[in-house]
Amino acid sequence: MHLGLPGAPGLIALICAAVASSIAYGDWRGNISAEHRFFPEQSLFPEQYNSYTSVAIEPEYRRQWQDGKNLFTFLPFARLDNHDKERSHNDIRELSYISALDGYEWRVGIRKVFWGVAESRHLIDIINQTDLVEDPDEEDKLGQPMVNLAIIRDWGTIDIFVLPYFRERTFPGNAGRLRTPYAIDEDYPLFESDQEQRHIDGALRWSHNLGDWDLGLAYFSGTNREPILIADPAGSPALVPFYGLISQVSLDIQATKGAWLWKLEALQRKESSSQFEAAVGGLEYSFYGLLGSPMDLGIITEYLYDNRPNGTVFDDDVMVGLRLALNDTQSTELLAGMISDRNDDTRMLTLEASRRIGGHWKLELIARKFDSTALTNSLYWLRQDDYIQFTLGYYF
Amino acid sequence: MKRKLNNLFLMVLPLIMLAQGVYATTPEEQGLSIAREMDKRDEGFKDSRAELIMTLKNKRGDESIRRIRTRTLEVIGDGDKSLTIFDHPADVKGTAFLSYTHAKQADDQWLYLPALKRVKRISSSNKSGPFMGSEFAYEDLASQEVDKYTYRFIREEKIDHRDSLVIERYPVYENSGYTRQIVWVDKEHYYPVKIEFYDRKNSLLKTLVFSSYHQHLNKFWRAHIMNVVNHQTGKSTRLEWNNYHFQTGLTEKDFDQNSLKRTR
Repeated sequence: MHLGLPGAPGLIALICAAVASSIAYGDWRGNISAEHRFFPEQSLFPEQYNSYTSVAIEPEYRRQWQDGKNLFTFLPFARLDNHDKERSHNDIRELSYISALDGYEWRVGIRKVFWGVAESRHLIDIINQTDLVEDPDEEDKLGQPMVNLAIIRDWGTIDIFVLPYFRERTFPGNAGRLRTPYAIDEDYPLFESDQEQRHIDGALRWSHNLGDWDLGLAYFSGTNREPILIADPAGSPALVPFYGLISQVSLDIQATKGAWLWKLEALQRKESSSQFEAAVGGLEYSFYGLLGSPMDLGIITEYLYDNRPNGTVFDDDVMVGLRLALNDTQSTELLAGMISDRNDDTRMLTLEASRRIGGHWKLELIARKFDSTALTNSLYWLRQDDYIQFTLGYYF
Repeated sequence: MKRKLNNLFLMVLPLIMLAQGVYATTPEEQGLSIAREMDKRDEGFKDSRAELIMTLKNKRGDESIRRIRTRTLEVIGDGDKSLTIFDHPADVKGTAFLSYTHAKQADDQWLYLPALKRVKRISSSNKSGPFMGSEFAYEDLASQEVDKYTYRFIREEKIDHRDSLVIERYPVYENSGYTRQIVWVDKEHYYPVKIEFYDRKNSLLKTLVFSSYHQHLNKFWRAHIMNVVNHQTGKSTRLEWNNYHFQTGLTEKDFDQNSLKRTR
């Protein structure tokens, strides 16, 4: 899990030493941030807290040769949390070498790859495991070891991925908020494959841009990134993650028509004994130069569908959102969104805001609210976990 | 008095018509031919790279800095392709912007967000919006294709002791932030010296002054300083271009989504 790295404090010390000794060699960038999360409501479980403070560091070292045709990247990450020992974690987000040849690119090492176009859910994004303990929005990812060959032609780009090692999902610990009612025992995961984490996964993707249209078609075969949480077969009062084997085809399309963006992601996934379909699609329209000001206002709406047999939060949901960009010197931005279930009265509300301070600092605010009274919806377990999070980051 | 003026006008009119007959051009045709000459003189640069320091100043004089690198590929018969890499402020370091400009259709634009490793296709309908919070709009910095405007020649005028041709141009693009622009063109080298921008209500919005022109490869003139003042807000932005390089061997492949993701 931790790839044999020292603990978070050790890693921070190591990184600081590395930064100090090689600052003049290659290019360093990154950020150090302090974060405070406040949960105004009483926790469901006595071992949880109402406020959590943590610090994180994410430096990045880059060196390039031949005008960027060859590129080395090292990007470690570490977080220290004052209560949740599972949230104190570290990871190598990237340790990779890229070589661009005429019509080909080799990308080897630990990397992060993003697929998709939608805003409410990153449905088809499957290469990397979610670092769920970072943020429930599933946008943070763990570094994935891979060999990726890109074949670049006039008719599009073919990406071939060989993924030789599987990363398990991170979950909040017992003392953490935003967790399941029973603790998740990450030490005893179950795998469908006998090779467990060493099962070699693979993926193939074609992507292309045709004028207004951006298209992607992909196939994945290997270990499911989304575990099913099951009762511990050993009998302890805990849940254990089960990682099945799947194959999946997916599609992503965006049409950009003036101020309108039309988006669709869809997939069909085969599991050992079942198969399901899921999709997320919708549109975004932007009013540029709102009422004669420099501000832009975007309206987003998406529909989410998912018929997986084990159920999901996003089975039949509608998302509406507003994105406001002030286009000021501090790049002040605001994103407000609501995802509501069409069948029970479950709602998830999110507000994200950010503003730069001077040339190196940035202040971010995230607030989330979970409205749920439906016992059958897994968001029910987050009904006391509304929170406000402030992050102050120093960027270098 | 009025009658007298009319008489005078009637007397002068044949002379104007005669003059036009001699040159066989209307002010519109003259304006267009000046724009074509400007375009022609810049043809053949193939590709260029440059570094840019942008200084934003508000009414009180507070400054903030942006640092950017640009790569441009000349596309004959259509708008240029460009890649813009942001180095400062530090929180946007590594963000990159890929743009295929087109003379008549909407531009194609992609933004690379390094934190998510996400390439996002974005709408190009925000051409009149501010570029990085500055007084430059996207449309001011995009490649200036002849077909993007219609033109009218106004007069000749001396500006800073140099002869210039003054033309008015009207954006073809319906969502442009301007009704018109007045451009002072250097009569010898056919590069812009000054532009006045008039907003949608046709009142003077800002003035852009180009200075410190240098010639590259014995042909291509580039202003190394561009200063724009917004008369309505009192804010200003100064661009300082450095390390211009031409014909550096960039190709189409350096302006696709794969290279956008690799850009550092």
